[in-house]
Amino acid sequence: MPNRSQIQARAAMMRIRFEAAGAQVVDTPLLQPAETLLDLYGEDIRARAYVTSDALRGEQMLRPDFTLPVVQMHMTDGAEPARYTYSGEVFRRQEHDPDRSNEYIQVGYEVFDREDPAGADAEVFSLFALQLRGLPLRAATGDIGILTAAVQGLRTTERRKVALMRHLWRPRRFRVLLDRFAGRKPEPDHRTKLLEAADPMAFEVPMIGKRRAAEIEARIEALREDRETQPISDNELAGLESLLAVRETMPFALEQLRDVAVDLPQITPALDRLEARIAALQARGVDVNRLDFEAAYGRTSMEYYDGFVFGFYAEGRPDLPPIATGGRYDALTRQLGNGAEIPAVGGVLRPDLMLEIEEAAQ
Amino acid sequence: MSLKLGVPSKGRLMDKTFAWFEKRGITLSRSGSDREYAGKVEGINGVSLILLSAGEIPRELAAGRIHMGVTGTDLVHEKLPRWEQQIEEVSELGFGKADLIIAAPACWVDVETLDDLDAAAAAFRKAHGHRLRIATKYHRLVREFLTDAGVADYALVDSQGATEGTVMNETAEAIADITSTGETLRANHLKILSDGLILQSQATLWRSRVASYDTGEKEVLSELLDRLS
Repeated sequence: MPNRSQIQARAAMMRIRFEAAGAQVVDTPLLQPAETLLDLYGEDIRARAYVTSDALRGEQMLRPDFTLPVVQMHMTDGAEPARYTYSGEVFRRQEHDPDRSNEYIQVGYEVFDREDPAGADAEVFSLFALQLRGLPLRAATGDIGILTAAVQGLRTTERRKVALMRHLWRPRRFRVLLDRFAGRKPEPDHRTKLLEAADPMAFEVPMIGKRRAAEIEARIEALREDRETQPISDNELAGLESLLAVRETMPFALEQLRDVAVDLPQITPALDRLEARIAALQARGVDVNRLDFEAAYGRTSMEYYDGFVFGFYAEGRPDLPPIATGGRYDALTRQLGNGAEIPAVGGVLRPDLMLEIEEAAQ
Repeated sequence: MSLKLGVPSKGRLMDKTFAWFEKRGITLSRSGSDREYAGKVEGINGVSLILLSAGEIPRELAAGRIHMGVTGTDLVHEKLPRWEQQIEEVSELGFGKADLIIAAPACWVDVETLDDLDAAAAAFRKAHGHRLRIATKYHRLVREFLTDAGVADYALVDSQGATEGTVMNETAEAIADITSTGETLRANHLKILSDGLILQSQATLWRSRVASYDTGEKEVLSELLDRLS
């Protein structure tokens, strides 16, 4: 196993390469305010991050990743365009798997640039591929933006689209909602009873808690409206299904997705972006004909990404976490920017795993 | 050395555990006064009784500081994420039965299932600017359960006791707690979600897989297991 100083030396070398590509070195505190992380990731983050606290500052988390503090830093006082690189420890609880590190070094590269998003996507991916050159890795790519566009363009109510978007990251839940909105699941009995009651609010029990009667009534009203809504059409549903099933090398994936766009024309602008990205990758010397593209890639593990996503995986080592991951997170800058926003793309690499694979190969 | 048996140090759980062992010819008792936490074992040689808080027994078993111990399934699952690797179940004791459940105000007529809870949480967060709070002391179990069910926009708030009261006091909107009859829930105007059963728990005798057993302790263990089966 590589030791800490080997890992740090490798991290330093990788950071220098990112500097040479035009990035400015940044660092962030190890302790991060828990509130921002909880707002972004929800309660799940507690299962993955170490939480500590003091009486003055309240809950803090040991830095579970760099992206969030780097985005915050950029949104507060960054100049545009900006390229950043960093390296340092991140901490993740590993209570179910003793073989996974709970502390490891990440090296990252982030690009904040309004011009030419396809070019920035290709820049990040090709720099990562360069850092990883020679290792037996498989690269996977995807694009959350295509699925997002498909959902947002459905011919249905805004409320249904919001509900689907909210669970885009939870495929099982997304599926349940989709089946319901397509009228494939019968209405549960308790729901029928509630909605057909003359006055559902005529109950004996006292009103307690912070959720007020008006909020309950509003939900019942929303459910009643939803009941009258036309189901999502079979065409659109079939379109979404074939979209999510696309798994091909990049150019063929684009071709298949263009076919899907016959049923879901709303994805066409996202496909044009994919096409521009393929061209930009090619211009940087990436062999796109051998690069995998999965339309559903990144849906379960990469929650703040909303466009291009990628990961590098060790061939024949399913026990290892990905060696590098990254993607585009325009929405995150909007969420953290207090009204400001900037297109952003970036990712992180694991020097410890790279060294481990190199050692094993020798 | 002797085989260390951990038993809850007070209350009904202790009394019923003592009675369960008594039926199998093993007399456990507190030595000295009621306030002293030292124990005595009669009817079998080589076993020593360690009186502990039920909440600490999982940790002591997982650390191998006691060989056997009695505590609820709920506490084991909550405190030991990899419990199968660390301890094994010897016998369910048939008492201390309780369900870990999710309950919401009975007045939420629109909320019957986790699916409803998720929808209510989304709207609640929008209306109140904070996530829907669920009071519990079973953080891990509840979080894993809700993650698996795809519930979002909630926050767990810690409540080590009188959890049913948190909704009325508006320090939480819903709760996740242990209940046996549902009486306290009803008294506090709460109802159990129809798919809100997280875990069925009961007092259980566990054996540590990680504790070391010398030859004498191994013999005592097999005699004890024989008599208890």
